[in-house]
Amino acid sequence: MIHSLFLINHSGDIFLEKHWKSVISRSVCDYFFEVKEKAVDPENVPPVLQTPHHYLISIYRGKLFFLSVVQTEVPPLFVIEFLHRVADTFQDYFGECSEGVIKDNLVTVYELLEEMLDNGFPLATESNVLKEMIRPPNILRSVVNTLTGGSNVGDTLPTGQLSNVPWRRAGVKYTNNEAYFDVVEEIDAILDKSGTTVFAEIQGVVEACVRLTGMPDLTLSFMNPRLLDDMSFHPCVRFKRWESERVLSFIPPDGNFTLMTYHVSSQNLVAIPVYVKQNINFFETGSCGRLDITIGPKQNMGKTVEGLMVTIHMPKVVLSANLTATQGNYTYDLTTKVLVWDIGKLNPQKLPNLRGSLSMQAGAPKPEENPSLNIDLKIQQLAISGLKVSRLDMYGEKYKPFKGVKYLTKAGKFQVRT
Amino acid sequence: MSASSAFNDEKGGSSSVGEPEYGHDPASGGIFSSDYKRHDDLKEMLDSNKDSLKLEAMKRIVAMIARGKNASDLFPAVVKNVACKNIEVKKLVYVYLVRYAEEQQDLALLSISTFQRGLKDPNQLIRASALRVLSSIRVTIIVPIMMLAIKEAASDMSPYVRKTAAHAIPKLYSLDPEQKDQLIEVIEKLLADKTTLVAGSVVMAFEEVCPERIDLIHKNYRKLCNLLIDVEEWGQVVIINMLTRYARTQFLNPNINKTFYGSDEDEDEDEEEKEKKAEVAAMAKRKPYVMDPDHRLLLRNTKPLLQSRNAAVVMAVAQLYFHLAPKAEVALLILFEMISTLYTCGMFEPYLKSFYIRSTDPTQIKVLKLEVLTNLANETNISTILREFQTYIKSMDKDFVAATIQAIGRCATNIGEVRDTCLNGLVQLLSNRDELVVAESVVVIKKLLQMQPEKHSDIIKHMAKLTDNIQVPMARASILWLIGEYCEHVPKIAPDVLRKMAKSFTNEEDIVKLQIINLAAKLYLTNSKQTKLLTQYVLNLAKYDQNYDIRDRARFIRQLIVPTEKSGALSKYAKKLFLALKPAPVLESPFKDRDHFQLGSLSHLLNAKAGGYQELPDWPEAAPDPSVRNVEVKESVRAVGTVTYRDTGALWGPQKMEGSEGCSFPRASDSASGSESGSGSEESGSGSESEESEEGSESEEEEEEEEEKDKKKKKKELKKPVPETESLVTDLEGLSLSDSVLSPATIAPSSVLKNYELLHRITGEGLSVEYCFSRQPFSPDANMVAVQMQFTNSATSDTKNLHMEDVKLQSGMRVKEFPEIGEREPEDIQCTAMAVMGIDFCDSTQAANFQLCTHTRKFFVSIQPPVGELMRPIFLTENEFKKEQGQLMGMNEITEKLTLDAKCRNEHAIVQRVTTAANLSRVPCGSDKECRFAGRTVTSSSLVLVTVATKEEGAAQLTVNCEKMVIGTMLVKDILLALTQ
Repeated sequence: MIHSLFLINHSGDIFLEKHWKSVISRSVCDYFFEVKEKAVDPENVPPVLQTPHHYLISIYRGKLFFLSVVQTEVPPLFVIEFLHRVADTFQDYFGECSEGVIKDNLVTVYELLEEMLDNGFPLATESNVLKEMIRPPNILRSVVNTLTGGSNVGDTLPTGQLSNVPWRRAGVKYTNNEAYFDVVEEIDAILDKSGTTVFAEIQGVVEACVRLTGMPDLTLSFMNPRLLDDMSFHPCVRFKRWESERVLSFIPPDGNFTLMTYHVSSQNLVAIPVYVKQNINFFETGSCGRLDITIGPKQNMGKTVEGLMVTIHMPKVVLSANLTATQGNYTYDLTTKVLVWDIGKLNPQKLPNLRGSLSMQAGAPKPEENPSLNIDLKIQQLAISGLKVSRLDMYGEKYKPFKGVKYLTKAGKFQVRT
Repeated sequence: MSASSAFNDEKGGSSSVGEPEYGHDPASGGIFSSDYKRHDDLKEMLDSNKDSLKLEAMKRIVAMIARGKNASDLFPAVVKNVACKNIEVKKLVYVYLVRYAEEQQDLALLSISTFQRGLKDPNQLIRASALRVLSSIRVTIIVPIMMLAIKEAASDMSPYVRKTAAHAIPKLYSLDPEQKDQLIEVIEKLLADKTTLVAGSVVMAFEEVCPERIDLIHKNYRKLCNLLIDVEEWGQVVIINMLTRYARTQFLNPNINKTFYGSDEDEDEDEEEKEKKAEVAAMAKRKPYVMDPDHRLLLRNTKPLLQSRNAAVVMAVAQLYFHLAPKAEVALLILFEMISTLYTCGMFEPYLKSFYIRSTDPTQIKVLKLEVLTNLANETNISTILREFQTYIKSMDKDFVAATIQAIGRCATNIGEVRDTCLNGLVQLLSNRDELVVAESVVVIKKLLQMQPEKHSDIIKHMAKLTDNIQVPMARASILWLIGEYCEHVPKIAPDVLRKMAKSFTNEEDIVKLQIINLAAKLYLTNSKQTKLLTQYVLNLAKYDQNYDIRDRARFIRQLIVPTEKSGALSKYAKKLFLALKPAPVLESPFKDRDHFQLGSLSHLLNAKAGGYQELPDWPEAAPDPSVRNVEVKESVRAVGTVTYRDTGALWGPQKMEGSEGCSFPRASDSASGSESGSGSEESGSGSESEESEEGSESEEEEEEEEEKDKKKKKKELKKPVPETESLVTDLEGLSLSDSVLSPATIAPSSVLKNYELLHRITGEGLSVEYCFSRQPFSPDANMVAVQMQFTNSATSDTKNLHMEDVKLQSGMRVKEFPEIGEREPEDIQCTAMAVMGIDFCDSTQAANFQLCTHTRKFFVSIQPPVGELMRPIFLTENEFKKEQGQLMGMNEITEKLTLDAKCRNEHAIVQRVTTAANLSRVPCGSDKECRFAGRTVTSSSLVLVTVATKEEGAAQLTVNCEKMVIGTMLVKDILLALTQ
C-alpha cells in the first residue's frame, strides 16, 4: 500500500525518507514541488497528485509535509488518516511534531516508522503498544542506557498486541490513581455583517487522562446525552452500551487519549458568547480606509471570556495600519498582511475597541470585499452546549480513584463577515 | 513430520546452493572496503566488541539512510552484526539490511541463516521480526526459503506471527508471482483464522494476491462480518472494501424495482432516522425482493463503524452503504463522493449549513463544498443558498468566485423557479470590475438564456453594450454568439454590434473572430438588407487572416450564404443550417461521470483507473447459492457466538445463540473470539482429541462418588434436548484446547478441563453451578486464576440478577467478581450461561468462600483450587530448564519413586496425565526416557519444574523443583496420584 514516506520541511528540503518496499528515488518529489510552487498557500496543495508512475498523497502538519508515495489503488483517506496517525505518534513521543525534534530523534523516528508499517500496511499504530516496543526518549533513561548499555527497544511482544484490548497494557501500577476528563467545545460560527448568525455549531471533544492501576472498567454518564449527535469514539468505547443506555462504557487506555468527539448540531440553538460591532471602510479616493471594531459579551452564561483575539487577513493592497486599541495591543504583519489584535480578558464594563486608519497602496483600486474577522476566545469552566458529566463509575478494581472533570469552551472557526 | 523433514531437506539444499556464494563474498567485500575509506571509523566501531559502540555506529548509519545518503559500502561490516545479542543493534541492522539487501544480494545471503534460526526462537516477537526481515529482503534466490518460512509461520501458535506471515505473502508475491498457487493455499488457511489480529492482514494479502478468488471468502464471510468490529481500524477498511466487492457478486440488487434516487434529497433529516424510516418503507414496498440475511448481516455489522474515530473507516462504511444498501438508506451518503478528500469526520453531517464556506478554507475545499451545496439545492432551500452564494461572489479568491458563478448557473438550470432571480443576479455581476468575474457570468448567462430567450431581450441588449468594455475573449465570443443566435429579438442592435466588431476585427482573438463571422452570417440571412456590405467586409478581412481556421471558415460561409450561380442546392438550406433551434445546454458538475469507480478509492478521486484497481462487479441477475457460506454447525455456532468486546454492552444479546454464551467479561469474549488457532485441520484434529480425552477422563473418574456421576449424567441429559448447548460445550472445550496452544508457553497437548461442582441442583433449587479452571490468562489481572462458571437453570421459575456477595477470603487473596447476570429463563435454549471470574489464591490452596445470590435466594459456596491450577505454563528450552533446575536443588527438590499405571507407560499418556493434573507445559527434551514440564505459580511467579524419568517395567522417578516447598509437596502428591491410578 504505502510505498515510501518523505518528510519535507517548509522550504522544500527532504530531511527524512523511508521506504517499505524497494527504494523510490527522491526525485519523485519534484512533481510535488512543482505543484507546491504554484499553490501560494501550503494548505492549497492538493492532497493527492498523480505522476506518471506513482501517486503522491500528502498532508501538511506543523509546517511539515508528510508525503507518501503509493503505486496501486488504495483508499486515499486510508493513507491520509495514517499519515495523521504518524504525526500524532511523533507528537506523543516527542511533545511536538517539528523538523528540529524529528531530526534530533532520527533513529527513534526511524524505528517507529519501521514498526508502524510492514510492507506498507499498518502493523502497530496503538501508542501504548509502540511505547512498549520503543520507549520514548527521556533524559534519565538515556543516561542509564549509556552507562549500562541498555536499549530503548523492548525485546518481548507487547501484551496489548495480542489482547482484545490492544490499547491497554497489562500490569499498570500507580500510587495515585486518577482519572481526569476535559470536555472541550469549539464553536464554529459564521456571523454576517449585521451580527446575525448564518451558521453555528459546536464541535466537542472529551479528552481523558486516566492513570489507574490494573484493568479498570469505567462508565461515564452524562446529564444530558441527548444533546450529542454525530459522535465518534475511541475504539475502547462499547457501541452497544451507548446505543442502548447512552453511557460511555470502556476499559481506558493508559495515559492521555481522546475518548470521543461529538457534534452539537446547528438546530439546537448555539449560544454565541460575544458580539462584534465592526465598521471597515475603504475609500474610493485617497487610498486609505477606516477600521472600527468593538467587542462585547453576549451569551456567556455569567463566565468571563478570556484569551480574546481578533485576526484579520487584510487585502493585499493594505500597506500599513495606524490604529489605537483601548485594551490589549495589535500587530500588523506587513508581509502576510495579517492584523492581529490580542485583547485578553473581556471586561463587560469597559468594552475593548480598536479604531484607526488603514493606508493603502497608492493608485490601487479599492478592494471589493471587506476582510472577515476571525475571533479567538476561551471560556473556562463552561461547556457552551450545556453538556455535563453526571458521574464516573469504576468497576473491576477495588481502590478509589481521584476523579475530575474540567470544561472549556473555545472559539473554533469563528468568523465574522464584514 | 514429513513436512519438517522436507523442510530440513530444503534447508540443506539451499545451504549447499549458498556455499559457493559464501566463498565468493570476501572478494566482493574486499572490493568495497578498498574502494571507500571514508567510513573507516564506523567500520571500526562495528567491529569492536562493545555493544555500545556498535549501537552508536548503527545509529549514525541509520541516520544516514534516513537522510537519503548512501551507506551501501558498509554492508559487509553491518551484516556481520546481524546475530548481535543487543536487541536494538539487531533491529537497526535489520533496518539496514532491508534497505540495501536488494542492491547487494550476494552479501545479504550471509544473514539468512540468522533469520532461519530466529524463526525457531521461543520468543514470538523474534520469530515475527525474523520473518518480517526475511520476507522484506528482496533477493530472488531465497524465494523457496521464504515460502517455507511463511508456510511454517502461518500455522504458528502466536497470532502475531501468523499476522506477520500474512504480511509476508504479498511481499513474496511481488518478488516471484509464480508462487501464486502455493501462496493462495496459505491465504486460504489464514482466512480460516479466527483471531481479529490476523483477519485484516490476511484480507489485505488476499486483495493483493488473488482478489479474483472470491470463492475463498464464502466460508469465512459470516466470521469476517462478525469479527469486523473488533479488527483494528486499518484492517477494517480493507475488509469492508473487500466485502463490498464480495457482496456485489453474491447478493441481488436491492434497488432493482425502484427508480434511481435523485440527488436532491431532503437534507434536514437526520441520516440515521432517515435510514430507519426508509428501511421500514422499503420493506413495505418491496414485495418480491427479500434481502439475503447475510446481506443484512453485513449492513448491520458495519453500521456501528460509522462512529469510528478513523475517517477512512467511516468512508469505507459509507461507500459500502452506497454500493450495497437499498438506495433509500443511503440517500445522503452520496455526498461523500465529493468530499472524500476532506479530513474531517464532520463530513457525515447532513446539514446544509456545514458546507457554508469560510474565507480561510483552502481553495480546493471551497470548491468541493460549493459542489455539495449545489447538489443539495432544491426549491425550498434555494433562497438561502443563493444568499450565501452572493457572499462568496465578493470573495478575494477569484477562482472561487468563478466556481461560484458556475454553481449559480447550475442551480438556475436545475430549479426553474429561481432562474429569473439568478439571471438578474448574474446580470448585476456584469458590471463587476473584475474581468474574470464578468467573463464567467457572461458564459453562464449565455447558457441560461438559451433556455428561454424570448423573455430576455433586454438582458441581451445589456450584454450587447458590454462588448465595448469586456476584453476577455471567451466572454466576447459568448456575447456575439448570443446576439447572433437571437438577432430576431434585438433587430436594431445586432447590426450595430456587427459594425463595431467589423471595425476591430483584426485585433480580436481567434475565437472572437470566428464568432464575428458567425454573427455576420446569421445577420446576412435574417437581415441582408442592412448587413450585406458589412458581412462581405468581414468575410474579406477573414479571407486574409493569418489563422487558417478563420480563412477556411470564411470561405465556407461565403459559399454557403452568398448565392452565386455556381453555388449548389446547399445555399437554400443555409438558414436552416445556421438558425436551427439549438437544444439548451445542460450545466454539469465537473465531478460528474465518476460513479463508475468505487467510492473513496484512489481511482475515484483521480477519475482514472489506478494500478491494481478492482472493478466493482455488477449485481448478479440471480443470486448465487447462498448455502456456500454455510459452515458446519459447530463452527457456525462459534461464529455467531463470538461476542466481541465492543458488543458486550448488552450482556445478553438479542440473539438466542449469543445469549447462550453471554460472556460477561471482555476477556472471556476475547478467549472466544480471539484465541482459536489457525488451521482448520488442526482444529478438527484437536476437536476429536478432546472428545476422546473427555471419555478417558470419564472412565477414570468412575471410581469417584456417586454424586459426581450423577452430575455428569445430568449434564448429559441436559445436553441432549439442547443441541446448541452441546455444540457450545464442545466448542468451548475445543477452545480452551487451542487456547493453551496459543499462549506462548505450551507445546504439550493440553488435556480436557475438569469440571467441579459449585452448587448442586437440589440445594440450588433448580439452579446448578459448575466451574472449571479454564487455564486461560485472566486479563484484568495477570495474578488471578480464571475460573469459568457454568450456570444451569432447571427450575420452573426464572432466575434473575445472579451475582456474588460477601466474599470471605484469607488475607492477601483477591477476587474479581463476574458481573451480574440477567434473566435466566427455565428449561429453554437459554437455560445455561457462562461467566468468568478471577481469583488470586496467593499460591495457596485455601478456598475462596462467597455467596451466590439470585433475586430471591443466597447460597454459600466455596471454590478450592487443586494445586495444579495455581500455576501457568511457561516455555523453557532444554538448556534453560537444566540451568533453572540446577538452581533449585536441595530443599527445593522433592523426588519420589513410583510405579506407573499400566495404561500409562508411553510418553503420550504421561504427558497427558501430568498436564491434566497441573497447568504446565512440556519442555523439549533430548532423551525419550524423560518428560519435563515447566510452569510458574500464578501469584508469585516462582518456577515449578517437573521431571518424570521412566525406567524398565513401569518404574519411574518423579522430581519436582519448586521454591515454594508447600506447593512442591502438594504437586508431587497430585501428580503421583495421576500417574499411578
